[in-house]
Amino acid sequence: MGRRSLAVVPWPDIGQWCLELHKSDGAAMERNMLRQDVSRTAVRTSADHRVPVTDRTPQEPPLRVSPGAEPAGPPDDVLQLLTPEGVRRSHADLDDWVADVGDDELAALYEDMVVVRRLDLEATALQRQGELGLWPPLLGQEAAQVGSARALRRDDFVFSSYRENAVAYCRGVDLTDLVRVWRGTTASGWDPFAVGMATPTIIIGAQTLHATGYAMGCVKDGADSVAVAYFGDGATSEGDVNEAMVFAATFRAPVVFFCQNNQFAISEPVGLVAVRPLADRAPGFGIPSLRVDGNDVLAVTAATRIALDRARRGEGPTFIEAVTYRRGPHTTSDDPTRYVDPAVAEEWCAKDPILRVERLLESRGRLTAELTAAVTEHADAAAAEMRRGCLGLEAPPPLSVFDHVYTAPTSWLERQKSQYAAYLAMFEEA
Amino acid sequence: MATLTLAAALTSGLRHALEDDPKVVVMGEDVGRLGGVFRVTDGLQKDFGPDRVMDTPLAESGIVGTAVGLCYRGYRPVVEIQFDGFVFPAFDQLVTQVAKLHYRTRGAVRVPLTVRIPYGGGIGAVEHHSESPEAYFTHTSGLRVVTCSNPQDAHTMLRQAIACDDPVVFFEPKRRYWTKGEVDTDAPLDDVPMEQARVVTRGDDVTLVTYGPLVATAVDAALAAREDGIGIEVLDLRSLSPVDLATVEESVRHTGRLVITHEAQQHGGLGAEIAASITERCFFHLEQPPARVTGFDVPYPAAKLEEHFLPDVDRILDAVDRVLGRQNSLTGWKG
Repeated sequence: MGRRSLAVVPWPDIGQWCLELHKSDGAAMERNMLRQDVSRTAVRTSADHRVPVTDRTPQEPPLRVSPGAEPAGPPDDVLQLLTPEGVRRSHADLDDWVADVGDDELAALYEDMVVVRRLDLEATALQRQGELGLWPPLLGQEAAQVGSARALRRDDFVFSSYRENAVAYCRGVDLTDLVRVWRGTTASGWDPFAVGMATPTIIIGAQTLHATGYAMGCVKDGADSVAVAYFGDGATSEGDVNEAMVFAATFRAPVVFFCQNNQFAISEPVGLVAVRPLADRAPGFGIPSLRVDGNDVLAVTAATRIALDRARRGEGPTFIEAVTYRRGPHTTSDDPTRYVDPAVAEEWCAKDPILRVERLLESRGRLTAELTAAVTEHADAAAAEMRRGCLGLEAPPPLSVFDHVYTAPTSWLERQKSQYAAYLAMFEEA
Repeated sequence: MATLTLAAALTSGLRHALEDDPKVVVMGEDVGRLGGVFRVTDGLQKDFGPDRVMDTPLAESGIVGTAVGLCYRGYRPVVEIQFDGFVFPAFDQLVTQVAKLHYRTRGAVRVPLTVRIPYGGGIGAVEHHSESPEAYFTHTSGLRVVTCSNPQDAHTMLRQAIACDDPVVFFEPKRRYWTKGEVDTDAPLDDVPMEQARVVTRGDDVTLVTYGPLVATAVDAALAAREDGIGIEVLDLRSLSPVDLATVEESVRHTGRLVITHEAQQHGGLGAEIAASITERCFFHLEQPPARVTGFDVPYPAAKLEEHFLPDVDRILDAVDRVLGRQNSLTGWKG
């Protein structure tokens, strides 16, 4: 099947077209998804600001996706510093932002990614073994999460969705706390203020408003802390995300909108929520955006630092689209074989975020046996610690169901609690 | 003491809260320069600045959602939803986030948010401007829901709501905004808890439970009944979640008869909850089944029909006759 453009697809049929492509030609699907994901420049802007603008000439004739739409650009139009082959590419706009990332720092990022992948696999195993009720794997998104999270300061604050377990790991969340909610012993995992990260919202996009409000508070306080909202491609069609961008732009809030475009909202391809690159939306709100290879930990780090720097300077929000791929299911309850083209998945395996760092380290003589042994040992130990913690989590006492509804005990809930205690006592007496 | 309209008493309450706590911020549509469409925030932006009294984009979910973020940052936001029927875009944030954050995080995150909502009908307005959506919120665990019926309560309860560490949905009876009354703006906040009901008139024959805009109507009904020698004990609930059932129960144990009236539709409304709870608690003290006088189970009607939808003195007295076993509109009704 040859390359097709959205221009030839009747407007109402885009969703069906995407599904058909899935069935018929995965590689073409991917190419076309990337096609519609690009525009003339990798860095999108609508005003004068410090984000560098790359001016590229489209390599193909312009395609029109809708009346008045701008021409799309080449399919590889994402910011990249590290190729899948492990080759460090130079990029005039980005290099300075990762100039301090030497071999040691790169090895540390590598270690983080290996550990979070190991934790993720362990959690999936725990679910399969019946120890967790559910788990949302992040396989494939390690670079997007680690690269961005490691760029943050302790006094920044993260508001995430439910797949950002690598971000949580980088923020210092206790490994047992990572799985607590998925085992069902509590409604959320950790104290947000202890790690500078809110516990996830499951309602898609709701947290982007919280991040924006937090950032508005930073401005009021005269603090240079930044709020970071993590969300997915699917969330971009939610009203809250769009409202968040309106508020962030008009209040010039120091918030980073970090969108992991992992190509799927459960089964629905990104083409169902966007006929233009997601990064193209932000400039319409007055928010500059960057479209970055989400599997390239260096490019993600650079992009996040650019965004954080703008925020700290009082220049307001930035939107980052990290183009990645969810290699696992939506959750352990999902069956991606019903909608994922194996050939596409295969292609993304070749773009693995960890493999390319390994290759770079190897080319620099840094992928030593000592390093891999130490990293493996760390990953195994973390997985074992998380497993131990998970298995140690017991169901909370029955009457704790009444705790924390309000900030202080209330007479009417105490009454219900007391009645339920009497009910439970009846069984103990029997 | 000062004589204030209910709206001005709210303004005064907001002003006190802004003065007392630098973390209090007011936000909403038109609340700044305009002073709100009902002028409840009149003059506040001028005196406290646009950082503390913020005009926001027209996006109710955005208003409530960003207020949640401000709570994370230690602020105590007071948001205005311009009209009752406009709250629904924010419903998701209120129900899935605001109500649950403290519970979800086992107390780590507090949401000391106050959501002010002008509500109720009787002002001849167009659609979405006369509704009484309180039951949606009273059904939601984690929220406190209160309403005021007079200027003193408006002032004091709003300050109590703002000072409360739980999220509070504060319903303002918009058709009573211009009711005047004496207000002691220095009355201590801890004298009468926000969740405590108030006995408005004493009576031995019927307990009439209501709140917000219908308290004045209920008092009128009580005065009319007195002329017939019937003593109606009017209770102003003030707090809709929790409901001060103890006060209602005490009154019903005394009178043996219960009428509940609210503007909101009947089905699944507060009247149902109160009737059920009181029946459970003191069934053998009831001389007659409880009666409800409410809006009909229809969407809020056009302005020229609202007098039929809204409970009034005569409909309330008809229900009073019913619980007293006197001749009433349903006597002999075969429906």
